[in-house]
Amino acid sequence: MIPDLGKYADAVLSSYAVSIVLLVALIAFSVMRGRKVRKDMEKVEQRMSRNG
Amino acid sequence: MIALLLRDLKLAFRAGGGFGLGLAFFLIVTVMVPFAVGPQSSLLSTIAPGVLWLGALLACLLSLDRLLALDWEDGSLDLLATAPLPLESVVTIKALAHWLTTGLPLVLAAPFLGVLLNLPVPGFFWLVISLLIGTPAMSVIGTFGAALTVGLKRGGLLLSLLVLPLYVPTLIFGAEVARRGATEMEVQTPLLMLAGITAATIALLPFASAAVLRINLR
Amino acid sequence: MSIAAKANALWEYANPRKFLATSERVLPFFWITSLACICVGLIWGFFFTPDDYKQGSTVKIIYLHVPAALMAINCWLMMLATSLVWLVRRHHVSALAARAAAPIGIVMTLIALLTGAIWGQPMWGTWWAWDPRLTSFLILFLFYLGYVALWEAIEDPDTAADLTSVLCLVGSVFAILSRYAVNFWNQGLHQGASVMRAAAVTGTDTEEKVSNIFFYPLLVCIIGFVLLFIALVLYRTGTEIRARRIKALMARERVSG
Repeated sequence: MIPDLGKYADAVLSSYAVSIVLLVALIAFSVMRGRKVRKDMEKVEQRMSRNG
Repeated sequence: MIALLLRDLKLAFRAGGGFGLGLAFFLIVTVMVPFAVGPQSSLLSTIAPGVLWLGALLACLLSLDRLLALDWEDGSLDLLATAPLPLESVVTIKALAHWLTTGLPLVLAAPFLGVLLNLPVPGFFWLVISLLIGTPAMSVIGTFGAALTVGLKRGGLLLSLLVLPLYVPTLIFGAEVARRGATEMEVQTPLLMLAGITAATIALLPFASAAVLRINLR
Repeated sequence: MSIAAKANALWEYANPRKFLATSERVLPFFWITSLACICVGLIWGFFFTPDDYKQGSTVKIIYLHVPAALMAINCWLMMLATSLVWLVRRHHVSALAARAAAPIGIVMTLIALLTGAIWGQPMWGTWWAWDPRLTSFLILFLFYLGYVALWEAIEDPDTAADLTSVLCLVGSVFAILSRYAVNFWNQGLHQGASVMRAAAVTGTDTEEKVSNIFFYPLLVCIIGFVLLFIALVLYRTGTEIRARRIKALMARERVSG
């Protein structure tokens, strides 16, 4: 399955791992904060509309 | 303008004004270096120009947070902003005062500290020249950083983070002049670049500092 | 529609509501195409390209390193542009977009630096060399950190937007200066080993031309990274707009209540 990377396997695999982890972390962090802020906003907006 | 300069100088020289603190810091850093890297004089003389430049830069950085903060706290900065004097010249005077009280003493002290680090004889002249040309840029850039962080409660650390990357070109060319001077190589190119950076920052950066200060005083 | 009217239509997106509505509509497209491009590009590059005769399998790192490095620089350029728009036209979305982009730039710079170090270890025999290209990226990283720290430190949002915009302008000038200074300071022993030179990619430099076998998957990856960047900026700007709105609503609540 994985192609023969020769003696540089560690370097290639670790750089792929590091990059993908960083990218996924960035996306996950953005989405998590986005969801939270969106929920908070809805809550605040509802409260505002109830109170006038 | 002159009155403002004299006032700033008087405040700095007065007891508790902080004059001499930068100088003492410069001395201590230089003394600590041999403890860190070992006492071999050949090694020390190789790194002396760089260490002295870095020490001067850090000493300069250390005194930046007082540059505008005191005037901000007692409200005199608001008075200065409403004074007929344009804010651009106020920040230029502030930078000049900072240079006279911090930069110039560092330049004058550098040769004596050079002796401690075994700086090669031809290096002394170029070290003083490069610091003389480079420190005004450091004061002007530092004034910009101080203006950015003036309203913040814990601005000191942030100030270093903001200002140090801006010091990179000055440090590179300045230390290059001192290093080349110490090994008797030709120094013209880095010297001209250093002078160019200093001239450009003195000419342009006060406008940015004044703009930033206006935003902070809003 | 005349050109002026078209230009005006562009400014409509500076309206936060319109921005949110439009970005909501186009975001799924950007998410899907960007992830698809990156997956295709990386799988193509990883499984279906041969090893380089000189670099062996480490050539596969290029598919991450080059797009990340490109985006690290383009992200700063985008922040510069949006900062200018904010300073000149006072559109809040613009300032918030700059704020939203900065952490992406940090991650891209970090990926470029880390993959570069991992590639450099077997190729140059060292994790880190004070090569001009590496050094300027490190300096860029410091600029990003300072920029984000300044945003975090200031409470009033408009003041923060103003100050960070000015910092971005001044920082850009000094970043370019540093690039030249660093070039002068160390002539770059490793420049010849670099496969990412513009001339090498476009093919005028035949000796170091990246052959098409490597170039097409690389292109797919670059497109994927660009799309991902757009998707992230749109999404994160939306988050910043909402966060700002919460702040405004809360302030109004406090005043009336």
